[in-house]
Amino acid sequence: MREIDLVIIGGGPAGMSAALAAHEAGIRDLLILERDEKLGGILQQCIHNGFGLHRFGEELTGPEYAWRYEKEVHEKNIPFLLGTMVLDITPDRVVTATNTESGVFQLKAKAIILAMGCRERSRGALNIAGTRPAGIYSAGTAQKYVNLKGYLPGKEVVILGSGDIGLIMARRMTLEGAKVHAVCELMPYSGGLARNIEQCLNDFNIPLRLSHTVVEIHGRERLEGVTIAKVDERRRPIPETREYIPCDTLLLSVGLIPENELSKTADVTLDRVTNGAVVDQDRQTATEGIFACGNVLHVHDLVDFVSEEAEVAGKSAAAYILGRTEKKLHIPLSTDGRVRYTVPQVITAEKDVTVYFRVADVYRNVTLKVFDGERVVAQKKKSRMAPGEMESITLKSSAFADAKDLKFVLEVR
Amino acid sequence: MYDVAIIGGGVVGGMIARTLASYQLNICILEKAHDVATGASAANSAIVHAGYDAKEGSLKAKLNVRGSQLMPTVCGELGVKYKNNGSLVIGFSEEDRTALEALLVRGQKNGVSGLRILEKEELHALEPNLSADVLYALHAPTGAIVCPYELTIAAIGNAMDNGADLKLDFAVSSICNLGTHYEISSANETVSARYVINAAGVFADEIAKMAGDDSFSIHPRRGEYVLLDKECGSIVAHTIFRTPGKMGKGILVSPTVDGNLITGPTGVDIEDKLDKSTTAEGLSFVMQQSNENTTGIPFGKSITSFCGLRAVGSTGDFIINNTLPRFVNVAGIESPGLSSAPAIAEMVVELLGDAGLVLEKKTDFNPIRPATHAFREGTIEEKNAMIAKDPAYGHIICRCEGVSEGEILAAIRQNPRPRDLDGVKRRTRAQMGRCQGGFCSPYIVELLAQEMNIPYEDVTKCGGKSRINVQKTKGGAL
Repeated sequence: MREIDLVIIGGGPAGMSAALAAHEAGIRDLLILERDEKLGGILQQCIHNGFGLHRFGEELTGPEYAWRYEKEVHEKNIPFLLGTMVLDITPDRVVTATNTESGVFQLKAKAIILAMGCRERSRGALNIAGTRPAGIYSAGTAQKYVNLKGYLPGKEVVILGSGDIGLIMARRMTLEGAKVHAVCELMPYSGGLARNIEQCLNDFNIPLRLSHTVVEIHGRERLEGVTIAKVDERRRPIPETREYIPCDTLLLSVGLIPENELSKTADVTLDRVTNGAVVDQDRQTATEGIFACGNVLHVHDLVDFVSEEAEVAGKSAAAYILGRTEKKLHIPLSTDGRVRYTVPQVITAEKDVTVYFRVADVYRNVTLKVFDGERVVAQKKKSRMAPGEMESITLKSSAFADAKDLKFVLEVR
Repeated sequence: MYDVAIIGGGVVGGMIARTLASYQLNICILEKAHDVATGASAANSAIVHAGYDAKEGSLKAKLNVRGSQLMPTVCGELGVKYKNNGSLVIGFSEEDRTALEALLVRGQKNGVSGLRILEKEELHALEPNLSADVLYALHAPTGAIVCPYELTIAAIGNAMDNGADLKLDFAVSSICNLGTHYEISSANETVSARYVINAAGVFADEIAKMAGDDSFSIHPRRGEYVLLDKECGSIVAHTIFRTPGKMGKGILVSPTVDGNLITGPTGVDIEDKLDKSTTAEGLSFVMQQSNENTTGIPFGKSITSFCGLRAVGSTGDFIINNTLPRFVNVAGIESPGLSSAPAIAEMVVELLGDAGLVLEKKTDFNPIRPATHAFREGTIEEKNAMIAKDPAYGHIICRCEGVSEGEILAAIRQNPRPRDLDGVKRRTRAQMGRCQGGFCSPYIVELLAQEMNIPYEDVTKCGGKSRINVQKTKGGAL
């Protein structure tokens, strides 16, 4: 079995950034395994702009953003295998993969970085009643048909869920000549970015119907229509508000799920809220030598933060391989429910840490406080926090070094 | 002129076709849908019942027990996954216990072996996730699970490999008895056959009427299911039934041969034989009842829900007869139809023989159809041997189920050839995993277009108007 310092699983934005950071930190014996025929991951089909504002100060398209990293991967001669699917990872870091050239092969790695991204929730997970005709797609699948294959899946469209991909596809389908009749959102607020609501719906007069869901699907061969209904405060459909919308296409943008099936084969401990690994500040999982970053760890709003997180993982994996990781502390981070989760979930080293988190609802005039027992370690005020926008706070090592645990509490005035 | 025409490409028609294909006969399967195995054979509980349910002396009882005995051999020959996981019929009360004891006696009369009542302690040790309220169970060690559409496709494929013809999109519109043979017509084509088998599922009464037999009727009974992620497949090891009541066998919870967890079915009589829609009430009933049987089924991990229509006959038993000359009805094949299918095929061949069909065995009949899932289940060495021969096996298309391009291409090129996305799904499991085809379907559309030599936008989900894409984008195809 070939021995190798570092295997990076996934050649999307997270995998490429992690590989570049590890290379920068001195690792040369590394390999990116990518299942697609190209590097870049989902960015390949994200032909809209808006990527890179934070990192590059300009608005790039998805492929342009990916190319900035891919170009560097080529320049640094970082090895990668395309069309290569990882089948299994063991806790002692044996990676089993397959492709057409080598067949099934195994690598024994000193460290692994998980960067597999996420998948979309499907209709099946929602148990929407009705028939099972053609014409129902997750928004990302429709995006692939339109942007990568050059085909339009339908012309009369209803979108369920106002996640960012759904919003982007509302505009994209409209530009292709389709009519988007409504974007229905179960919650009383959108889970998408404010700028996408403005640029993708409002600019095209596409109605966003908050507190609405699809309750029934009609049509035998191809979708013929959907019944939508308003939901009450407990998210149950209100029968009197049922409304039939004829359409041939239903796009689902109802959430993203980190793809952690491989992580499970490696016994990586997962967080029930994020559906990603439990990690420390280095993005190391509870399984030693296995790191995670990007959407496989927790779903991000912006690729800029994926790249940033992946650099942490890449640099830390390099330090681990070179024997420079010091674990001194074990401070678990907990949340109050208003804060749904944090990444990292545990702090193990005495250095400043930026903690990312999401809140459970839309809150106004809030103060996030991080407690060590009764003592406030850090706090941050904001006029509004919403589930659709990831937040962060930086903790100074001097403030938490002696803490037993840290609790994230959101105070609402 | 065919010797035998079989109307209906479900598990019953398929098993009959395969059995007839072992004789020197010219046979044809007529199926109205775009593919085989699209009716009840595609959407049922996937159980090989032990045979304690049906009333002693009934065809259901006799054919179930015999079918369940034949099933392991049939599945072995056809490369179909079969697992003898055993069944438990659970009871919550003394009243249930009495009913379970009656079932046990009935099962013994039907010839089911190994039946036993388990008491609470032994039962919960065997199935730790059963609800604490479950007090007893009837254990049927011969109960098993199988994949019904895989069995149907394999049986029809094996029949075709042995010379049978398959005509798809053949919706029978008239049947004419010409004395020596029948003429069976669809809108576009007429087929002549000396003998006819009516295995048309919920439509069997309409087919019989076309031939002049109105001795029975069939009505559809809706059965809704919720299928869960493979992560949940080991919540129970046995198939868990409730003590049967007036409403039938109730909601079961079972692992599937592919490792998922299946829950259902509801049982609601409806009018429309085409209405395969699920209902909010039905799905919530399935979830609520399943949670009474077992604890901790995470319905948040459901990957799909679906509805199948059972063909409920007017007589209460299977309707297998030849009231018309050279015309055999195989109707009302509701549960335990899947379990009985191999035995039904035996019985139908006997009926045909009695009706004068000359039955001479073929010398070159090959009962074997290689398993379609062989690659996935191979060792690394076996996989590499296949990839060395055909590199497409090294390219995984469906990440959730681990299905390679090689397997998909092999399925597309093998009898009975799929012509749509659902057909590829039923044959390979690609699109059947947790992402439900979100990632792989655009690639499978490409493979189908290429293999069938049709434009990308003409590929359908299940034939007819079910196209996946309606036109090229403004920029055109890439």
